[in-house]
Amino acid sequence: MPSAGGFNRRKFLAVGGGLAAMAVAGCGSNTGRASDSGSSGGKPALAQWYHQYGEAGTQQAVEKYAKSYPDATVSVQWSPGDYDKKTASALLTDGGPDVFEYVNGPSIDMIKGGQVVDLTDLLGDTKADFTPSLISRMTYQGKLYAIPQVTDMQLLVYRKSLLSKAGIQPPTTVDELIAAAKKLTTDKMKGLFVGNDGGVGILGGPALWSAGLDYLKDDNTFGFDDPAAVESLRKLRELFTSKALLLGAPTDWSDPSAFTQGLTAMQFTGLWTFPQIQKALPDDFGVLPWPKLNSTTGAPSVPVGAYGSVVTAKSKNVDAAKKYVKWLWVDQTEDQLDFAQSYGFHIPARKSLAEKADKLKSGPAADAVTFVNENGHAQTPLLWTPKSATAYSDALNRIIKNGTDPATEIKAVKAIVEAELKRVAG
Amino acid sequence: MSTIQARLRGRYDRNLWFAIFVGPFVLGLIVFVYVPILWSIWLSFFNAHNTVTPTEFVGLGNYLDMLKDSAFRSSLLTFVVFALFIVPTTFVASLGLALLVNRARFAKTFFRSVFFLPTACSYVVASLIWKLSIFSGVRFGLMNTVLGWFGIDPIPWLSVTQPPWYWLVIVTARMWLQAGFYMILFLAGLQRISPSLYEAAAIDGATGWKVLRFLTLPQLRATSTAVLLLLLINAFQAFDEFYNLLSSSGQYPPYARPPLVYLYYAALGQGQDFGHGSAGAVILTLLIALVALGQGRFLGLGRRED
Repeated sequence: MPSAGGFNRRKFLAVGGGLAAMAVAGCGSNTGRASDSGSSGGKPALAQWYHQYGEAGTQQAVEKYAKSYPDATVSVQWSPGDYDKKTASALLTDGGPDVFEYVNGPSIDMIKGGQVVDLTDLLGDTKADFTPSLISRMTYQGKLYAIPQVTDMQLLVYRKSLLSKAGIQPPTTVDELIAAAKKLTTDKMKGLFVGNDGGVGILGGPALWSAGLDYLKDDNTFGFDDPAAVESLRKLRELFTSKALLLGAPTDWSDPSAFTQGLTAMQFTGLWTFPQIQKALPDDFGVLPWPKLNSTTGAPSVPVGAYGSVVTAKSKNVDAAKKYVKWLWVDQTEDQLDFAQSYGFHIPARKSLAEKADKLKSGPAADAVTFVNENGHAQTPLLWTPKSATAYSDALNRIIKNGTDPATEIKAVKAIVEAELKRVAG
Repeated sequence: MSTIQARLRGRYDRNLWFAIFVGPFVLGLIVFVYVPILWSIWLSFFNAHNTVTPTEFVGLGNYLDMLKDSAFRSSLLTFVVFALFIVPTTFVASLGLALLVNRARFAKTFFRSVFFLPTACSYVVASLIWKLSIFSGVRFGLMNTVLGWFGIDPIPWLSVTQPPWYWLVIVTARMWLQAGFYMILFLAGLQRISPSLYEAAAIDGATGWKVLRFLTLPQLRATSTAVLLLLLINAFQAFDEFYNLLSSSGQYPPYARPPLVYLYYAALGQGQDFGHGSAGAVILTLLIALVALGQGRFLGLGRRED
């Protein structure tokens, strides 16, 4: 066999090293940015990340806004799948985005870890125009870390015709809700759908608010070591064992299919599902907040959340990225209005725009806006860390599905939450 | 050509070609496997929230936290329950299939392919089929339709813990996916047994069960040991089907959370707690190594066949 045509060790190492470098580069630098040098044709190049919205046309809309920005070349990366985890891990590397959206703004650990930059100076005079609860949710120690893009909310939807046929008034207490769900349950249809996990994922907040409590008190101490919370969580167990809950549906609570296809008479879902519900059941649905615990305790409630636009500290163009965020989410009011109401239903994050949103002026959508103003609660407080969230969700799982004692579970959650509060304090 | 160069290339350039073909993979292995493993061990001694280049050394603190953490311990218990279900059932099923297919008089290749094909299906896809069509909780799910014929109410398979039907879903999904692969291993083992042994046994009057008990099974000992070890390690690594069957809207139920799912949420989820996550991973690795060694010693893996 002849020798390998002058192929020597040096060449081999060069090829091998090149391959490895390509492999590493391929994994690390897919930011979606037009040019990785951080600039393109004299203008700074920015990468902006979004999660995949369910509503058709949203992606094209945000791409259009980005393209019309004159001062930088903005490339939009649209991310299906587990966006939160992808973004959180990208922030550890140099291959992350310059601008990204995150649910309710960055997490407390992102802020404390110095991964995101202070955006306080972007709002200027417009600060008073943004929904105050959202601004305070995205603020830590007086500094604002995200600009709210739109307001989303969750609420109960019900089939008007089915309730009136069964002679039921829209429920105003949890007991009435359980009774209504039982009465509406038939061979073919269940009374209520709160997610395939029996409400573990979405009723944690409403269960506390409906008892007049919250995750944390105003002074950031544990908020629900209280008999009313015990009773409220017991009601969730009662609901789960009532045989009136829809469980194991093909899609989960965030999708309206179970409701529109007649698998359930009532569903706890999000405002974003309204276009689909209206198409399927034009005049046959009404909306309610999660009811109060009983006639004497608590208040009705709806969870309110918002995707916030955040700038990465590792960005090569922090100033350009901040300027772009201000342009898009503070100055471009027309685009914000288009983004909020042309695809799914969202409430613009600014009060002046919410008043202009035509689609939110009548019917169930208008009722929903009223709930946000009167009964809205931020989904979770900023200091409610993922570890606290897991502890509470585990407790809810055991209470709802196994029937364990809520008082004992709350005590266990309290211990973990207090340790976490101590960790992130200061 | 100098002597050193010639020696490096080897006879017929064999060394060179070996390096060309193996080199990139070794490099990949180092970059993507060994460096991250070492980095992870390093991280396990630090407080590393939202960073992989930490500064605050905490010694064995993360390890102690993990061992004290009831959620992590219960994830290990979940694994034990899962292994107790899946290891013996897959072992028996794949051995049974191998014996049947080996004896089949016709369409042997067809049956082998049928049982082996699920191996080609991904865990994610299989989980979704199981979750959305076979074990869907509504009345038109496949299993519930069948139950409906007998007048039984629909069962929300993955939503209830009393009774824990979710185990049936998890175990059957994995059985379907992996029994075929182990069947092939057993088939290879069966084909290595000399026919003369069976002839001798037949002359001695051994039939049916006795042949299996005193001839086939002892001859399959090496294969069985390897299969058991692989099954156990695979069970330890369970992630895909658990995650895809049970996670929903950002939360995951604690009752069926194997160690890898737990660590995934702790380290790679919104928690981004790489210190504790890495400590958990090291503990898990040590456990797997210990169990594997113990099992190897008990069953005689690697021992010279006498």
